[in-house]
Amino acid sequence: MATMTLGGAINAGLRAAMEADDRVVVMGEDVGVLGGVFRVTDGLHKDFGPARVVDTPLAESGIVGTAIGLALRGYRPVCEIQFDGFVYPAFDQIVSQLAKMRARSGGLLSLPVVIRIPVGGGIGAVEHHSESNEAYFAHTAGLRVVSCSNPDDAFHMIQQAIASDDPVIFYEPKRRYWDKAEVSEHPAHDLHAAAVLRPGTDCTLVAHGPTVTTALAAAAAAEEDGFSVGVVDLRSISPLDLVTLRREASASGRVVVVHEASTFAGIGAEIAAAITESCFYDLQAPVLRVGAYNVPYPPASVEDDFLPDVDRLLEAVDQSLHF
Amino acid sequence: MSSAVNEHVQDLASLRQGQPMFQLIGPDGTLTDAGASIGVSVELAQELHRDMVLARRLDQEALALQRQGELSLWLMSWGQEAAQVGSVRALRPTDMVFPSYREHAAALCRGISPADLMRQWKGAAHSGWNPAESRFHIYSLVLGTQTLHATGYAAGAAMEGSDEVVATYFGDGAASQGDVNEALNWAAAGSLPVLFFCQNNQWAISTPTATQMRTPLHVRAAGFGLDAFHVDGNDVMAVHAITSLAAERIRDGGGPALVEAQTYRFGGHSSSDDPQRYRSADDVAAWQLRDPLVRSEAFLRSSGVDEAYFTDLAEEAGDFAASVRTACRSITGAALESVFDAVYAEPHPGMTAERAAHLAHAASYGSEN
Repeated sequence: MATMTLGGAINAGLRAAMEADDRVVVMGEDVGVLGGVFRVTDGLHKDFGPARVVDTPLAESGIVGTAIGLALRGYRPVCEIQFDGFVYPAFDQIVSQLAKMRARSGGLLSLPVVIRIPVGGGIGAVEHHSESNEAYFAHTAGLRVVSCSNPDDAFHMIQQAIASDDPVIFYEPKRRYWDKAEVSEHPAHDLHAAAVLRPGTDCTLVAHGPTVTTALAAAAAAEEDGFSVGVVDLRSISPLDLVTLRREASASGRVVVVHEASTFAGIGAEIAAAITESCFYDLQAPVLRVGAYNVPYPPASVEDDFLPDVDRLLEAVDQSLHF
Repeated sequence: MSSAVNEHVQDLASLRQGQPMFQLIGPDGTLTDAGASIGVSVELAQELHRDMVLARRLDQEALALQRQGELSLWLMSWGQEAAQVGSVRALRPTDMVFPSYREHAAALCRGISPADLMRQWKGAAHSGWNPAESRFHIYSLVLGTQTLHATGYAAGAAMEGSDEVVATYFGDGAASQGDVNEALNWAAAGSLPVLFFCQNNQWAISTPTATQMRTPLHVRAAGFGLDAFHVDGNDVMAVHAITSLAAERIRDGGGPALVEAQTYRFGGHSSSDDPQRYRSADDVAAWQLRDPLVRSEAFLRSSGVDEAYFTDLAEEAGDFAASVRTACRSITGAALESVFDAVYAEPHPGMTAERAAHLAHAASYGSEN
């Protein structure tokens, strides 16, 4: 269709969803006239007006809480949380209200709310601006949690998330906002399907969001050394596409999960457990995890040493191959 | 220097003063000056008195049922009948209401049945009624969260050019929550049609109002830019009049308003609470002199309402009480698999797998037996 940046693809996806359904409302801090601090909503305010692209008060719980009220009235709000670390003031509205209201009402009430969260590090930001909090939300039944890694997915997944009648936490890897790639006219995958980006017979890297690019680079480096390393883009964190994960794990026998969040109680632990439970006899090595240390995100001057990079992935692959 | 500046600024203490409490009928059932001046409809008072009598009877029966082990928990609205009945009856049936969790009197006025109200407190479900039919949202147990839902709902109403009022109930304790303050600010900034109705029942479980706030709530609302009203929450006619006025102003595009109704929770916070540990008998006795039902009955009797009205109402309340007991015993919980079915609107493989695992486990027990 066209070459776009990841941020531009989300913008185009929002625009397409708003054109298709006038119940879609974009709301958040500075999303209107400014177009968002990352300019992801650029131009929408001008074209759809202040009633559908709403500059809200600076109140995250209010953003999600009022989005719930709008959804109860039949709207399909798309909230932007300005940075990953700012979602915590809205935590109760997300996990106690947004996630559970359908179950609390016995299935009578649906809340088609999307919460967009720029996520992860690597942009030299100050504290609270580089967090990976997917495990909090994946742990909560009632939410769907997805993470795009490239412009094509960004364009289609945001529209699929808005079309879902369930609440969706939509993670956008902020350090990939400016990556460019071709965007197709039609989606290649369902919202919750994992994508096998690269087949591999020796080992499988499972990544999502910002670490997918790193995983692909590591796989390419491994190939130069004569190893066939596959890459699976998780895309959906809840639900997990266990069919694809089990198939790839069984085929290669070795799995390394990578994410930016701390490995302790992170989504990698869930994936490792799920694969081990069902593919134990196909595995040649324990499922390994590469992620952040269990410390708060460090100052930007040392984040290059903190984030999983190609070398750390290759070390884990090597450890798996030599188990 | 400071003293010189002080001469040029307002008296700050005066900004924290509250309005006098609006009242039409005094505790002894006689009309106040305002009541005599404005006039009080005896016919409406009879209707509202009936609502309150039935609501209190529900409370009495439900509490007894809890003591008998038929309900897991009950949160009494005993004492707050006037605040709830007077306010919800002042709204149009089409106006959406977002309650907290003890708005049983208001819920009954919206046609919600005792069984549907008790289902949650028997542990059979997390809610018991369809909000779309009753225009009464399910209860919110996390304090104050519903005020933001009401605000968002009102934003939708405003976008559509509707003249609906969206009402939300919360308590004095919930007013300390960030969500309530975000909602007050948000609604005021957007001039949204929200009626914030605070039942100040003086206690947040064991915490008195004086520990919650320094400034009266209706004064705080003015700081956010809302119209605010202060009413005797045990005077059902005053609550009805003030809520009617506030709703009319909202409907006419005047923006949100807050009503602070001074009332008192005669019971504990819940059936598990022991209010004797934190409040004195004198305090309770003083408020019992302001009992909303005693007051409305005194007013009706002094207004010449026929004894037959009271006899018929007592008989109706007796029948209602029997129906409450029958309804409670008829409540049954759904099977666990129905919970899996209600979590997501669309299929979710993880949920589907866990549901299947549960059913397989349950079936394996069945086969052994």
